[in-house]
Amino acid sequence: METVKMLVGSVSEIDPKGSRKIKVGNTEVALFRLSDGEILAVENKCPHKGGMLSEGMVCGRTVHCPLHDWRIDLRSGAVQEPDTGCVTTFPVEIDRESGLVFLTVEEG
Amino acid sequence: MKQKLVLVGNGMAGLRMLEHLLKLAPERYEITIFGAEPHPNYNRIMLSSVLAGGADLKEIIINGLDWYEEHRINLFLGHTVKEIDTAARKVISDQGTEAAYDVLVLATGSDPFMLPLPGAEKEGVIAFRNIQDCQTMIETSGKYKKAAVIGGGLLGLEAARGLLHLGMDVSVVHIHPYLMERQLDEAASRMLQRELEAQGMKFLLSKQSEAVLGRGRAKTLAFTDGERVDADLVVMAVGIRPNVELAKRAGLSVNRGVVVNDFMETSKPGIYALGECAEHRGIAYGLVAPLYEQGAVLAKKLADVATEGYAGSVTSTKLKVSGVDVFSAGSFREQEGARVLKFQDEVEGVYKKLVLKDDRLVGAVLFGDTSDGAELFSLMKKGESVAGREKELLLGVSAGTLPKGGGTSRLEACADDEIICGCNGVDKGTIVKSIQEQGCTSVSQIKACTKASGSCGGCKPLVEGLLQIYAGDAAVNVKEGMCGCTTLTRDEIVGEVKRMGLKTIKEVMNVLGWSTEEGCTKCRPALNYYLGMLWPEDYIDEKESRITNERYHANIQKDGTYSVVPRIYGGVTSPAELKKIAEVAEEFEVPMVKFTGGQRLDLLGVKKEDLPKIWEALDMPSGHAYGKTLRTVKTCVGSTFCRFGTQDSIGMGIRLEKEFERLNTPAKVKLAVSGCPRNCAEATIKDFGVVAIDGGWELHVGGNGGVHVRATDLLCVVKTEDEVIEWSSAFLQYYRENANWNERTSTWVERVGLESIKNALESREERLALRDRIRNVLDLTTDPWKQIISEPELRKNFEPLASDSAV
Repeated sequence: METVKMLVGSVSEIDPKGSRKIKVGNTEVALFRLSDGEILAVENKCPHKGGMLSEGMVCGRTVHCPLHDWRIDLRSGAVQEPDTGCVTTFPVEIDRESGLVFLTVEEG
Repeated sequence: MKQKLVLVGNGMAGLRMLEHLLKLAPERYEITIFGAEPHPNYNRIMLSSVLAGGADLKEIIINGLDWYEEHRINLFLGHTVKEIDTAARKVISDQGTEAAYDVLVLATGSDPFMLPLPGAEKEGVIAFRNIQDCQTMIETSGKYKKAAVIGGGLLGLEAARGLLHLGMDVSVVHIHPYLMERQLDEAASRMLQRELEAQGMKFLLSKQSEAVLGRGRAKTLAFTDGERVDADLVVMAVGIRPNVELAKRAGLSVNRGVVVNDFMETSKPGIYALGECAEHRGIAYGLVAPLYEQGAVLAKKLADVATEGYAGSVTSTKLKVSGVDVFSAGSFREQEGARVLKFQDEVEGVYKKLVLKDDRLVGAVLFGDTSDGAELFSLMKKGESVAGREKELLLGVSAGTLPKGGGTSRLEACADDEIICGCNGVDKGTIVKSIQEQGCTSVSQIKACTKASGSCGGCKPLVEGLLQIYAGDAAVNVKEGMCGCTTLTRDEIVGEVKRMGLKTIKEVMNVLGWSTEEGCTKCRPALNYYLGMLWPEDYIDEKESRITNERYHANIQKDGTYSVVPRIYGGVTSPAELKKIAEVAEEFEVPMVKFTGGQRLDLLGVKKEDLPKIWEALDMPSGHAYGKTLRTVKTCVGSTFCRFGTQDSIGMGIRLEKEFERLNTPAKVKLAVSGCPRNCAEATIKDFGVVAIDGGWELHVGGNGGVHVRATDLLCVVKTEDEVIEWSSAFLQYYRENANWNERTSTWVERVGLESIKNALESREERLALRDRIRNVLDLTTDPWKQIISEPELRKNFEPLASDSAV
């Protein structure tokens, strides 16, 4: 396993309360920009039926899966009640000056 | 050039008149208002409710500052007008501001009458008239215990009840031997006193105040008979005096109030007066209903709308003290030539008295059970003979043989023109209409629609009663909040958004106290819809608050791919169009091409990043197969080819689809047009179905072929295609304005009832107004596919991010 930190774009490429996805190896990652500017990344796959979280609606710090409305906390990756489960989260860094977004993933 | 209108006085009478005037002639006047108090217009009648804990100070503001801005009114708050220069036609304020007028309206109201007692200038001696007085009372109650209210009339008792609520020990001092002698006879008054004593109020009757004693601050109130009462707060509520100083100085004819004729004209041209400062036919009114009636007359006069003028008011009074029901109207004294009927029940605490003259009802006093007040008042105003019905009127249904709940049947039986809300002159018919036609399901909704119960609130039980009778289950169903983020219902939210002019989702959530930070997938799209429906021109649609399909203008499939349905009007295509679609499907290796249930072509399994490219290649409008919007208009062949067809159903269908494409609706909307009653287009399970008959079209509504199959109801039969457009426009707009988000027409029609929809669409004028509104909305829409193709900022969201390099 190798940890890779990569440049994935700039903050402005993701709309507030919006999402973009990126393929890293065999994993698809969804990056979300919250209203307060924070960017969070999780695996783009709902633990329920594999729905693409990047297509869901962002409400505060959670995303609603577009398929069956499961709610996932983007910071912890935990599925919110009444459902259970969790998705993998990935560290994101933003260079405040340039607005560039860096994603760290483990490739294996 | 606009005429200049200056209003002196920023109170209820003047503003109510202006609201009318702005409706009748919005562009006619450039308006300037001077108000002595530092607040926007508020509901003075509700001050007692503020004290009694029922309302917040903020809640009693009627017109917020944004209202003034919106109507481009120059507002000078904290300015008292000191002089009217009738020669130069201008007014001058105490702060030196001058304003020229073509029309001057005096609505200076009245001042509380302050008894000229020695010590009346001491701290802790106040009136009960404005927000400042209320604040003083609230503050005082925090530091001191004892209060005395001078005046046992309506205002004094309301003030005393408020102080009691604030935890003070309250004595009411009254110069007469019994309370509210101007509204009640002695028997009713004694019953009132007993009730108030039970609530903790103390009374000092037949007492004349002599002086307020205390060092700097009031401490004791002394009476002429030598007795004293401790009082850290003395509230004078002995009456009001029309505020006429300004008018007098300007040389206007003044008696007790500023003298006006039936058109509210004073003795000088161009100057009008209304409200508590005005005197009409010898009477200066101090209640709100007459002021509103005067306002309506003056607004018409100023807008050059015909009016018969103001003929004076018969007034009625209700005491707004919780747990005490008192009603009084007309001349209730036992005068000569009058006959009196009385009913007194000291066990139940009910007293009723009717005064009749020449078989007509001229006065009434009710205590304990005031549910008949509105009806009696209405009879009194009509002046019709009540011969033979006297006892029935006195005993009512509620006091007699009928079981409890008889009051409801009484409400049911009363005539449509019976006034329910005396303050705002709202009759039963108007309220019932607001329930049945505008879909009001709560008192606050009815208040927003009709103003009933919006002033003193005394008629609230009657409004609630009407709601129960005419809204039935709907009135109960709305108790649940729209979603888990709020306890408010759709109607309450829409009402508040409208009232406060909220313009963004964030603002709605903040102002209406959402329990979640950014809502959920239920309330966000709902608010997005309601805001777009209420403010079609100002609201910017928030794509982040739309569900996935509407955000990407395609239908998401279970594997994360999307499907594409281009618009094919009426389901009629051509070989060239089919070839193009086939080529695009091949080029993008679309896994499946299928006909939809609504006679369209569906390209399934398209990758998200290919969507804008496919749209570009197709070069067709979006078929909107994914949204809460018009989906398709299904048609049969009709008279174009079919031997049974009576009308051109294809042409009608295409016209309807072009008319309503891109329309945002509460839920998806499906249409169909059949060319004959064989109904091959299955129009009778559509939201709006059109079936051709010989010489006309049947219009059907509220059908559904989905989870709960429901056949349509027949709305009406029309003759021409233009009428089909008129009715469908009106129906769809009425649905847009009244249904809950995500509520299909089938559920909505069942909830509100077909009759209410029929009633709402009955008048051509209403239909045309609805049609204009829907047209306005439709004209603002654009094709979403074309927009995304041409705007990189939108298009980027369809592309995955590219990882350039590892760092």
